Amino acid sequence: MTQPWLLLTLVGADRPGIVAHVTRVLFGVGAELGETAMMRLGNQFAIMMMVRGAGNPEEVAGLLESTRAEFGLKLHVDQIDAALHQHREPDVSVIVHSADRSGIVSEVTAALLEAGMNILDLRSDVGGSSDKPIYIMQIDGESSDGIEPIEQCVARFADQGLTVRVTPLETMRG
Amino acid sequence: MSVEPLPILTYPDERLKTVCEPVEQFDPELREFAEHLQHTADLGPSAVGIAAPQVGRMQRLCLVDATRAKRPVDNNGPLVLVNPAITNWKGFAVGREGCLSIPDYTGKVIRAETIELTAQDLEGRTVTFKMKGFEARIAQHEIDHLDGILFLDRLVSRHADLRER
Repeated sequence: MTQPWLLLTLVGADRPGIVAHVTRVLFGVGAELGETAMMRLGNQFAIMMMVRGAGNPEEVAGLLESTRAEFGLKLHVDQIDAALHQHREPDVSVIVHSADRSGIVSEVTAALLEAGMNILDLRSDVGGSSDKPIYIMQIDGESSDGIEPIEQCVARFADQGLTVRVTPLETMRG
Repeated sequence: MSVEPLPILTYPDERLKTVCEPVEQFDPELREFAEHLQHTADLGPSAVGIAAPQVGRMQRLCLVDATRAKRPVDNNGPLVLVNPAITNWKGFAVGREGCLSIPDYTGKVIRAETIELTAQDLEGRTVTFKMKGFEARIAQHEIDHLDGILFLDRLVSRHADLRER
């Protein structure tokens, strides 16, 4: 019987070689990797990996202990009810930018929820300078009721100094 | 049409990486194949185009149909393009593509925003088209198939955003 997927999360100071070391250990014991996402948040390295075939969460953590310690990472492993081949296609993109302030993500995502949008991918960054930071957020999602309700819902943010651009996306399949 | 759809080749079938031969015989069999190909695309998941090599016929023929876009776009109607060649390109745009031959994956690809192409119809007559936006993207994707190129070969960063179309 196929072992269940585990979600392995590694976080720590970013250094070259983390992904290569971790995946070499996992490959060495015959583990299977599913989908992964790695990013830098702040100056920190963060990765989430679907892994199976290397034992239970405690065993996987044990396999990676020396790598974790060598790179000074935090490691977390959970069994999850995941499956491959479950991709969904976004049909709307929302891009937000403004001077940084608290509440942008909360207010915009609440409006999108109200407008029937399901978020599939979200990425936000703080740019600009330390004394004059700007906030940029890119969201892809599914619009259950079309983009018009989304456009109407986000229009209110213009008065709050937020620039919000809503763009329909269509996947070309041929 | 009551006939069975043609089986669609899926990646990593090597035939999808093969440069196709020009069509030289414009006969009833070719027209029947084009109809069968259209029928196959009709039964696929929301396809707006298909190319002959995707069903294992290694010839330069493809279908482009931007009338099937979810939102109305500029288009030249449903097209059968035989021996198509792009003669002019202008501008660039990022868009998301998928493929009948690559199930369960979509990704971002940069394509020319407007193109001009010449081709032949099913009778062998020369035809020319100007295309832009979504229809131009379909044609470039399908003509790539005729050259053994998949959209996977042209993927750009997930965060690429020259201009979504």
